[in-house]
Amino acid sequence: MNKPVMRVQDLAVTFTSYTGGLLQRQQRQLRAVDGISFELHAGETLGVVGESGSGKSTLARAILGLIKPGRGRVIWRGEELTGLDEEELRQKRKELQIVFQDPVASLNPRMTAGDLIAEPLWTFYPNMERRQVDERTRGMMKLVGLLPNQINRYPHEFSGGQCQRIGIARSLVLNPRLLICDEPVSALDVSIQAQIINLLKDLQKKLGLALIFIAHDLSVVRHISDRVMVMYMGQAMEISDKTNLYRKPRHPYTNALMKSVPVPDPKLAAAARRDSWLTGDMPSPYQRPKGCIFNNRCPYRVSRCKVDVPALRKMENEDWAACHRAEELDLSI
Amino acid sequence: MTLLEVSGLQVEFDTPEGVVKAVNGMNFEVNEGETLAIVGESGAGKSQLVMAIMGLLAENGSASGQALFRGKDLMKMKPKELNTVRGRHIAMIFQDPMTSLNPFLSIEKQMTEVAMHHQGLPRDEARAHAVEMLRAVRIPDPEERILQYPHEYSGGMRQRVMIAMGLLCEPELLIADEPSTALDVTIQAQITELVSELRQETRMAIILITHDLAAVAEISDRIIVMYAGEVVEAGSVDDIFYRPQHPYTRGLLASVPRLDRVSDDELQAIPGNPPNLLELPSGCRFRDRCVEATEPCREKPPLWVSPDGRVSRCVIEMEGGLIEAAAEEAGDAE
Repeated sequence: MNKPVMRVQDLAVTFTSYTGGLLQRQQRQLRAVDGISFELHAGETLGVVGESGSGKSTLARAILGLIKPGRGRVIWRGEELTGLDEEELRQKRKELQIVFQDPVASLNPRMTAGDLIAEPLWTFYPNMERRQVDERTRGMMKLVGLLPNQINRYPHEFSGGQCQRIGIARSLVLNPRLLICDEPVSALDVSIQAQIINLLKDLQKKLGLALIFIAHDLSVVRHISDRVMVMYMGQAMEISDKTNLYRKPRHPYTNALMKSVPVPDPKLAAAARRDSWLTGDMPSPYQRPKGCIFNNRCPYRVSRCKVDVPALRKMENEDWAACHRAEELDLSI
Repeated sequence: MTLLEVSGLQVEFDTPEGVVKAVNGMNFEVNEGETLAIVGESGAGKSQLVMAIMGLLAENGSASGQALFRGKDLMKMKPKELNTVRGRHIAMIFQDPMTSLNPFLSIEKQMTEVAMHHQGLPRDEARAHAVEMLRAVRIPDPEERILQYPHEYSGGMRQRVMIAMGLLCEPELLIADEPSTALDVTIQAQITELVSELRQETRMAIILITHDLAAVAEISDRIIVMYAGEVVEAGSVDDIFYRPQHPYTRGLLASVPRLDRVSDDELQAIPGNPPNLLELPSGCRFRDRCVEATEPCREKPPLWVSPDGRVSRCVIEMEGGLIEAAAEEAGDAE
């Protein structure tokens, strides 16, 4: 493969909070993202999957410089983003864009669809001619499957799926090279989710975008991803090629996430997930388990898992997993 | 035995854009101990349907029709009478457990007061009962956790608390409106498991409302599929999943992304958008999104009903079904 467009190296974000009273003030550290590394190529999609609190959104924000990472580097086309100042970073946002989860809440209700899509142009190219802005806006609407005669409508006149199309048009209007989609379909009806996923897939092909697609559900990212990273409590549990991951997950947590996806078949549904049941909640981020951070919920735990932290290791192919038993366990579907 | 019998239910909202008919002539029943799933997209009217039954419509909404609960019409009850039924005989849980719980009160306070109010229990008994219910929904260390506040619970645990509160008065009917939609898929699976166990342990009837057919495959006896305020198909869980009649039901089933199949086909979506009730096409309401639509769909589709309660509203003939004239009239009354 050619050179990656993005390299993320050992990225970490820590939030500090304070508990206790004025006199017994105690500092607590929450490691939201804890040493994430990956590479991304042009035209490639990396799916990022994990439960709430696994650090997926914080990772997205840290990559874009919306949150300052405490450690690690983000290298975008040979340039280190983590070292840039505010204004330089702002200029880079033309190339790096994000689509948010809630399509309705992320759009200003008092702006028309046309204005919402054109706004990034006004901001970054204040001298662009009105006619040109208009032309580009209409072009974007067509590209994402909206009708040009909807240009003067307000967000409340659109359905959730259409609002997400506006959100996508708005992110693409500056011709970015990387698009991060943070749970773009979680708030949509199942029947509409596939429309948006197929749209993003088409756009990526057409525009040659690099894509990071975040979801809490492995079934959602399957169709769009080339590789998938599974996150848990800020760390990568597994990074695998899509075909391998869905056929034979390497990490018990990946397996558990797969088993949680409901099966639309009454006879298969119950049987499908009973054999690998993910119990309990994610532990408190302030009390991280010793050893493997997943060990207290893992059905395949052995005594070693409670002591040694498993490193993210390379398996055969280009797959990586952070599990002591990755080689010996057979989790194939 | 029939627990709830709804007939000719209509719900309308007065909006600046005109009168919106959110529910257009619904007929269905829920039997004792049965789990009924009502499935449909945003705007199908599934939530408004139960809100109308429970007397919880917004200010600009009005409902007509009948909803007989143990023979008594909920729609004609005075607020005080309805208040007794709600909570005591029918409990309801909502999608977002955080907004349904009071953030300023401990779980103990919120649960104990419900039991004191509806069951007339003294405080210590009410508290013991609350702890017991938290245990029933598999909350670990309920004695300790009952002292905590909603923000100290995770999303999945909060939804368990909501279910526990719903169960406090041992209702005959539990209505759950998208109980796991806002939760992680792992926690969704746990809530599904919990509901499935509660079904077996209690003799409670359940109405589950959802946009995701896959979420109810394991835990329903019967399913009603709604589109634009109407029933488009109804039947047993096996009928709906293995022998779907209506193109809309088939579309909903096909749009579920599956991991239990190795093949990686293109994802299927239902084209178009969920229904805008102010811009419905003439004839079949699903016509403009239906991949099987033909010329006859411009006319109002017949409603097929079979003796065993199977229903389909489509020009495609339902095997063993008869055209229901009465239901058609109700639909024509718009």
